[in-house]
Amino acid sequence: MELDGNAIAGLLNDVFSTEMTTAVGTCAACGAISQVAECVVYLNAPGTVVRCRNCLGTLMVITQIRSMNCVDLRGLAWLEARQDA
Amino acid sequence: MAGTALRRRLTWQVATVAAVAEETASVRTIALDLPDWPGHLAGQHLDVRLTAEDGYRAERSYSIASAPGEAPAITVERLDDGEVSPYLTEELRRGDEIEVRGPIGGYFVWESANDSSPLLLVAGGSGIVPLRSILRHRDCSGSSLPARLLYSARSIADVIYRAELDDQGDGVTVIYTLTREQPPGWTGHSGRVDDALLAEVAWPARRQPLAFACGPTPFVETVAAGLVRLGYPPAAVKTERFGATGGH
Repeated sequence: MELDGNAIAGLLNDVFSTEMTTAVGTCAACGAISQVAECVVYLNAPGTVVRCRNCLGTLMVITQIRSMNCVDLRGLAWLEARQDA
Repeated sequence: MAGTALRRRLTWQVATVAAVAEETASVRTIALDLPDWPGHLAGQHLDVRLTAEDGYRAERSYSIASAPGEAPAITVERLDDGEVSPYLTEELRRGDEIEVRGPIGGYFVWESANDSSPLLLVAGGSGIVPLRSILRHRDCSGSSLPARLLYSARSIADVIYRAELDDQGDGVTVIYTLTREQPPGWTGHSGRVDDALLAEVAWPARRQPLAFACGPTPFVETVAAGLVRLGYPPAAVKTERFGATGGH
């Protein structure tokens, strides 16, 4: 099921302890810059996969293993949370 | 307000069901009593967590249906093959307890009742829920900002909040399109939202409107692309997609 970053606001709060749907990320593959909410999200992929809406490159993968969140951010060149939130 | 609603580590808390109201044959609104609720913004979500007797847990995210300042409520559509929604729409009773955390999300929110941009709200099915919060917020804050809601539903019986939407005050226009079934004598729109319908009902781009589109993924893609073709800057089109698995 293809969704968007709004759907993982709670999960991202678990990982980053702050509001992340308005965080701005830069795709390491194509350089597109977008807010996390605008990215393509697949739940249960298995794990949660966040892809670039421009090139569909993988930006983030988050899997839960034994109650631990394993976070792969290699697809992001940059990720910056809003400081005024 | 934004500080408390956004920048905060979320913790699960127990909510008591204060009331349930049937909206359509498959949709109900659940009002929650949450003593420690920090308040929410129009368009935010909350997560619901159910735990089975064997310890199995399922979590879902639901848009908050009530306006900021009102007690939190969610509106849930029953998905026949769902893990969570059948319980919420059929089993849950007033006085029951469920685990929730929130409010969540900072992107699909509308805060500025003093804004000068007219609002364009486009809903597909239960995508109306966060947009209803926005309309209630506009109303509660005494805003006279012009707003148009384009709401696509399968049939008139599937329109959620119909009485409330038909009773909007000055400045709000509600336009329905019914995709599957139209009642006898229906004079509204029929069929899916397309570029022609958007061109007819959307504010002209020169008025610098702010658009919120919420619904199933293909619906939101159509609306967002159509509005951009009408000259809306992509940043002026906020989108939220949901689907049957782990969606709203």
